[in-house]
Amino acid sequence: MTLLSTPRSTTKDVAIALQTSKASTRKERLFQLFLLFSTLVGLVILVVLLVDIVVDGFSSLDLGFFTDYTSRRPEDTGIRAGLTGTLSLMVLVALIAFPIGVGSAIYLESFAPRTWFTRFMQLNITNLAGVPSVVYGLLAAALFAYILNFGRTLITGALALVLLILPVIIVAGKESIKAVPPSIYQGAIALGATPWQAVYKQVLPVAMPGILTGTILALSRAIGEAAPILVAGAVFSRRADSEPWNLTEPFAALPVQIFDFVKRPQEAFQVEVAAAGILVMLFVLLLMNSAAIVLRNRYSK
Amino acid sequence: MTETYREINLSSNHRTTEDTMPQVQETVFSLQSVGIKYGDFSAVSNVNMEIYKNQVTAFIGPSGCGKSTLLRTFNRMNDLVLNSKVVGEVAYQGKNIYDQDVDPVEVRRRIGMVFQQPNPFPKSIYDNIAFGPRNHGVKEGIDDIVENSLRNAALWDEVKNKLKSPALSLSGGQQQRLCIARSIAVEPDVILMDEPASALDPIATLKIEHLMRELAAKYTIVVVTHNMQQALRVSDKTAFFNLEVDEEKDTRTGVLVEYGPTTKLFTDPKNEKTSDYIKGKFG
Ligand SMILES: Nc1ncnc2c1ncn2[C@@H]1O[C@H](COP(=O)(O)OP(=O)(O)OP(=O)(O)O)[C@@H](O)[C@H]1O
Ligand SMILES: [Mg+2]
Repeated sequence: MTLLSTPRSTTKDVAIALQTSKASTRKERLFQLFLLFSTLVGLVILVVLLVDIVVDGFSSLDLGFFTDYTSRRPEDTGIRAGLTGTLSLMVLVALIAFPIGVGSAIYLESFAPRTWFTRFMQLNITNLAGVPSVVYGLLAAALFAYILNFGRTLITGALALVLLILPVIIVAGKESIKAVPPSIYQGAIALGATPWQAVYKQVLPVAMPGILTGTILALSRAIGEAAPILVAGAVFSRRADSEPWNLTEPFAALPVQIFDFVKRPQEAFQVEVAAAGILVMLFVLLLMNSAAIVLRNRYSK
Repeated sequence: MTETYREINLSSNHRTTEDTMPQVQETVFSLQSVGIKYGDFSAVSNVNMEIYKNQVTAFIGPSGCGKSTLLRTFNRMNDLVLNSKVVGEVAYQGKNIYDQDVDPVEVRRRIGMVFQQPNPFPKSIYDNIAFGPRNHGVKEGIDDIVENSLRNAALWDEVKNKLKSPALSLSGGQQQRLCIARSIAVEPDVILMDEPASALDPIATLKIEHLMRELAAKYTIVVVTHNMQQALRVSDKTAFFNLEVDEEKDTRTGVLVEYGPTTKLFTDPKNEKTSDYIKGKFG
């Protein structure tokens, strides 16, 4: 039979071919070492930073630090204004940016006519995600603080951050929606669902974990920004009697307060108090990211 | 059409009834000079045919001849494809579903579709079936709809104790029957199936085929298949499509070559192409 008569490699050939070549194993090892090294660099730097901050800042972290407004004396100063300001900003930004961002993402991905104009808009939104944050602060200052006359207030600061993260939310939302298999949409449509029912009840729930993660990560980036809210009107200290939730009041925020501590002349402020502020900030960010994970897990079940 | 006809149709060899019973065939779809284009490319041209009530109609033909394309025009699923265009008339119960005043959503409520790959929603078995009726405003008796649909799709016994578990945990064959159950739940007139068993093993395939025969008592079924034996086993009518190649213009388009009772088409095809195809000479 032809099948049997075709020349076959001998057992010896095969044994040689199957042997691991020494050169390739060495390359493999080297590459793995490099990967391990890169991971360690990041990790070590992070640990060193954290340890340094904890050592510097821990002593200043007492209850008073959370409940007091800023003071000229390092031992009396507190971060209350920044903390309440940041929390208010967070809630406001989330409330405004999430619906608008997700709405645009749904529209652009599922409903917008595929015209050159839509493509042009999508391209622009992607580009906007890369614009430096201070530019959004300037825009908000000009548009909201002066032209619309909101003043340098909490709402202006929040809107600056909304502008900053909207493109990020839209892009993340679009990607999450796009990642949903089209067969799900088609399945719903074939059952006589309207396009909106198909998107809202079947596509969106599948995309939601991705959208939420994107949104919360964007939000935690926004919360850490000092530049845009500084330009849009954040202040370093606030009166003890002003309400943190008042949209039309001046506001403080954690990153701005930390910035303020660092540039004061006393070393106690520059080192200990600033480090304590950073610890609080890190804790807030950690909380947000945990919330992202919890939310995502609940949704994906 | 009488009930007895349906019963005989179900219990005995259904195709023999065709010759013995009077030919009262109620038309559900009537296609007139239907052509479908994707951009400038004419995928299907000049199809004229009728689809009859409570029958299984099979579409066979080589790959790329436009079976799926034509099937998707029956419930306007082609609307989802950008640049697709339908010419001619696709009349459902006498009404051209491509008329301006027709709402495609209403069309798809009455004409359901089962896809080649099972595509259950990533939700519970229950929610998969409840989705359709709920969308159409049904509030009461969803439990009954779920049970009946699953029974009709011959899936109830396998899933009755785990209605709340994820549909994606079912086997491929079960998922496909769930998709059939899901389309039954909106009480359609017609169920379109695009190679519903091509992703399944022989046993699951037989179950689906058996199911199609049973469903034909209540619904009109149009099924695309590559499996000639399947067409022979399940269908009352068979339509053979082929690619028509125009050497001069260098174009190829799908055309309906032969259409008729399945037994006739398989035992005594009029067209040479049909006979070549069913003998497996090409395709
Ligand atoms: N969405 C689309 N856009 C453009 N062309 C398409 C699209 N869908 C199908 N076509 C083309 O239309 C022709 C018919 O395709 P169709 O899928 O209907 O064939 P088919 O008979 O179902 O084939 P198969 O048996 O392989 O499923 C093919 O040439 C295909 O490339
Ligand atoms: Mg096909």
